[in-house]
Amino acid sequence: MSPDRPRVDFSLIETESQGPVDVAEERSADWAEEALREHDEFEQYEPATEHLTREQQVLQRIDRARARKARLKEERITLAHGAGGKATHTLIEALFLEQFRNPLLEPLADQAVFGVNGSRLALTTDSYVVSPLFFPGGDIGDLAVNGTVNDLAMSGARPLYLSAGFILEEGFMVEDLQRIVESMRRAAEAADVLIVTGDTKVVGRGKGDGCYINTSGVGVIERDVTLSASACKPGDVVIVSGPIGEHGITVMLARGELDIECDVESDTAPLHSLVAALLDKCGGEVGAPAPTGGRGSCGVRCLRDATRGGVATILNELAVASQVAFVVDEAAVPVRDDVMGASELLGIDPLYVACEGRMVVIVDGAQADAALAALHGHSLGAGAAVIGRVKDDPPGLVLLKTTFGGTRIVDMLVGDPLPRIC
Amino acid sequence: MRFVDEFRDAEMAQALSAEILNLCEPGRRYKFMEVCGGHTHTIYKHGLEDYLPETVTLVHGPGCPVCVIPMGRVDDAIAIATKPDVIMTTFGDMMRVPGGRGSFFDAKAAGADIRMVYSPLDSLKIAQQNPDKHVVFMAIGFETTAPSSAMTVLRAKALDLENFSIFCNHVTIIPAIKAILDSPDLRLDGFIGPGHVSTVIGCRPYEFISRQYTKPLVTAGFEPLDILQSIKMILDQIVEGRCEVENQYTRVVPWDGNPKALEVISEVMELRPYFEWRGLGFISHSALRVRDSYASFDAERIFQLPGVRVADPKACQCGEVLKGVLKPWECKVFGTACTPETPIGTCMVSSEGACAAYYNFGRFTRDRVKEASRA
Repeated sequence: MSPDRPRVDFSLIETESQGPVDVAEERSADWAEEALREHDEFEQYEPATEHLTREQQVLQRIDRARARKARLKEERITLAHGAGGKATHTLIEALFLEQFRNPLLEPLADQAVFGVNGSRLALTTDSYVVSPLFFPGGDIGDLAVNGTVNDLAMSGARPLYLSAGFILEEGFMVEDLQRIVESMRRAAEAADVLIVTGDTKVVGRGKGDGCYINTSGVGVIERDVTLSASACKPGDVVIVSGPIGEHGITVMLARGELDIECDVESDTAPLHSLVAALLDKCGGEVGAPAPTGGRGSCGVRCLRDATRGGVATILNELAVASQVAFVVDEAAVPVRDDVMGASELLGIDPLYVACEGRMVVIVDGAQADAALAALHGHSLGAGAAVIGRVKDDPPGLVLLKTTFGGTRIVDMLVGDPLPRIC
Repeated sequence: MRFVDEFRDAEMAQALSAEILNLCEPGRRYKFMEVCGGHTHTIYKHGLEDYLPETVTLVHGPGCPVCVIPMGRVDDAIAIATKPDVIMTTFGDMMRVPGGRGSFFDAKAAGADIRMVYSPLDSLKIAQQNPDKHVVFMAIGFETTAPSSAMTVLRAKALDLENFSIFCNHVTIIPAIKAILDSPDLRLDGFIGPGHVSTVIGCRPYEFISRQYTKPLVTAGFEPLDILQSIKMILDQIVEGRCEVENQYTRVVPWDGNPKALEVISEVMELRPYFEWRGLGFISHSALRVRDSYASFDAERIFQLPGVRVADPKACQCGEVLKGVLKPWECKVFGTACTPETPIGTCMVSSEGACAAYYNFGRFTRDRVKEASRA
C-alpha cells in the first residue's frame, strides 16, 4: 500500500446538493409509470372513508389493493415464483387456477379430497428439486416420500400409494441414484406406503441438476373429520409440533456457500402417525359415530405442514381463508439455538424457514390440552408447543408479540428469504 | 440464546421505557431520526414503538444502502451483467431493486449470469474458478461495506487476477445527514447515529451536527435495548442542556473508528465529485470510486456504460421518505401501487427500507392490535 496516499475524508461537510450533472440522457421508467396509471384507475373507486384517520384510510386502501384479483405482471418466470411466497400465490391464482378452475381445486389446499363409491380419498402431488441432493439428516429421496405422505396426512388421510417420477441428468452417478432410491424405499416402509407406479426421463447434460423427483400420493380418510384452512375460529389455539426451521437452515448451510458450521440436521419425517395420534385424542378417532348436523366432534380445525415459507406463510394463508386474526407469542415459538444463531447471522426470521417434519395445528381452545398431550406422547411431537391464539380482529392479519415485548405483524414472504447485507 | 436474549429483555425495556417517559417534558413533542436502515428494521421487527410515549416520534433516515441506489445505476449494472462472458455477483438485497427496465431478478431470468454472494471474497473465488469469464462485484453500501470491497480489490491485485472488477456504488453517510439537516421541511430534536458505519469512521465526523446544527447524536447498536437506551441518552442531553456526540455502542464502535479499514479504503478508493442518490438528487463528494492506480479492477472503466439517468416517477415520494419528511404510509402510492412484491421505490425493496419495514411489520392500527393481543 502507498504510505503517502491521501486519506478519504469522510467528515467532509462542504458538500452541496444539486440537480443532475453530466447527464447525457434522461428517460423515465415505463413500467413504473404504467403501474401508477393502473393505480390511479383503482383509486377512483374509493368508498367514503372520511370518518377514519388518514392512516386508517391508507390501511383500508391497502387491504382493498391486496384483495384485488391477482395478476401476473412479469414477462418471465423468476425464482421468486417458486419460493412459496406472494409471487407463487399470484402465479397459481392468476394462471393455474384461472385455467383449471373447479370446486376441488379452488380451496388451493395441499391435497384434494373427494368421494369415490362411499370412500373419501385424498390426492396430492409434489416435485422435489432440492440442492444439494444429500444433506445432514436426509436426502432428496426421503424428502420426496415424506413430503407427499405429509400432504396426505394433513387432510386426516391414511396414506396408501405413491407414484415416483424421476428426471435425471445425463452423467448423473448411478451410485448416487442408488442411494436416493434406497432412501426412498426406507422412507416408504417407515410411512407404510407402497410406491406403485413411476416414470423415468433423462435430459441432456446441463439441462437438469442431477436428479429431480416428482411424487404423487393417494390416501383414504377413514375419520369423520373435515380439516380446512377456512375453519379456524376465534378461541382456537395454534400449536407447532416441534422446533421450527431446521430443514431450511440445514439445506442452506449444506450448500457450502456460507462458511457457517453448525450441527443442525433436517427434520424430514413422515407425520401420518403423529396426525393419527392427535386426531384419536381430539374426537376424530376412526369409527367414531358421526354426529348429526354438520362436522364431527373433532376439535382440530386445520393441519398444515410448514414447508416452503415456514410457519409464517401458513398462518397468513389461514388468517385470510378464515378471516380471523392470529396472535403469536414469539417467546413461545420453539427454535433450536443453532437455528436461531444461523438465522440471526443471515438476517432471516425462523418463522419463514422451511420445515419438512413439523406441522401447524389449529385446534379448539377447549381441546388444546388434549391435543398437546397427544403430540407430546409421540416421538415426533415431543417438542410441540402452543404458540398463539385465534382472535376475530383484525381479520386476515398475523400479529406477533415479540420476545422484546412489542407488537408487529408477520406478513407473507416476498421472494426468497434474502440475507441482509449490514 | 446468549448475546441475543440479554439485548432483548422485556423487563429492562420496561425500565428504560419508564425512564424515557420521565425525561419527556409534559406537552412537548420530540422527533428523533434513526439514520440507519438497520435501526429502522430493528424498531419495526421488535415492535419497539410500543415502549415509547406518544409524544416521541421516530423518523426514518436515509441510511439504507439499497434505498439510495438510483435506477440509472441499476440499469448500468444490468448492462454490465448482460455483456457476454460476464458473471455479475451481488448481495441478495440488490436482486429485487428495480431499474428503469427491470431488476437483477428479471435480468437473471432473461439469461444474465447473476449470482448472489455473501461476501465480495466469494466473488473473488468465482473469478478464480472461472478464468474464461469476467467477474464483477456489485459493490454497494455505506462506509460499513466499503472496506471489504477495497480489501477484495487488494486481494485480487495480490493474486494477479485479470478477470475481476468491482462496480463501485459506495456512498458516504455525512453528506446525506447534512442534506437532511439543510432540508427546510424537517425539525428534528436529535439523531440516533449509525452503528456499523461508525465502526469504520468513528464518532468524530458527526461533531458538526452538535456544533453547527446544535442537535444531539448518540451512536447506537442494533438490538432493541440499544435503541431504547440511546433514546434515553438523547433525552438526558436535552434535559441537562447538553448537545454532544455520544457513543452508546461502545462494545463495537471505537471513538476514532477503524484506522486499518480507513487506510484500506483510501488506498483503493477516492471521493467522487458527484453522485446521484435515489430521491435526493446529486450530492457532491457523497460517494466513492476506484482510484486510477486500480483502474484495471474498476468495472466502470472496463465496460462501456449507458449512464442514462432514469427520472424517479413523479408519484414516487422516496426522497421525502428518505429525508424523513413523510412517514412511509403518507406516500401516495404506498401499499397500493408500491408494495414489496412490486416495488416502485427502493424504500419498499430492502428489508432496511422504511417503507418495507412499515409494510411488513407495522401495517396495523395500534388500537385494534392492543385489543387483539390482550391475553
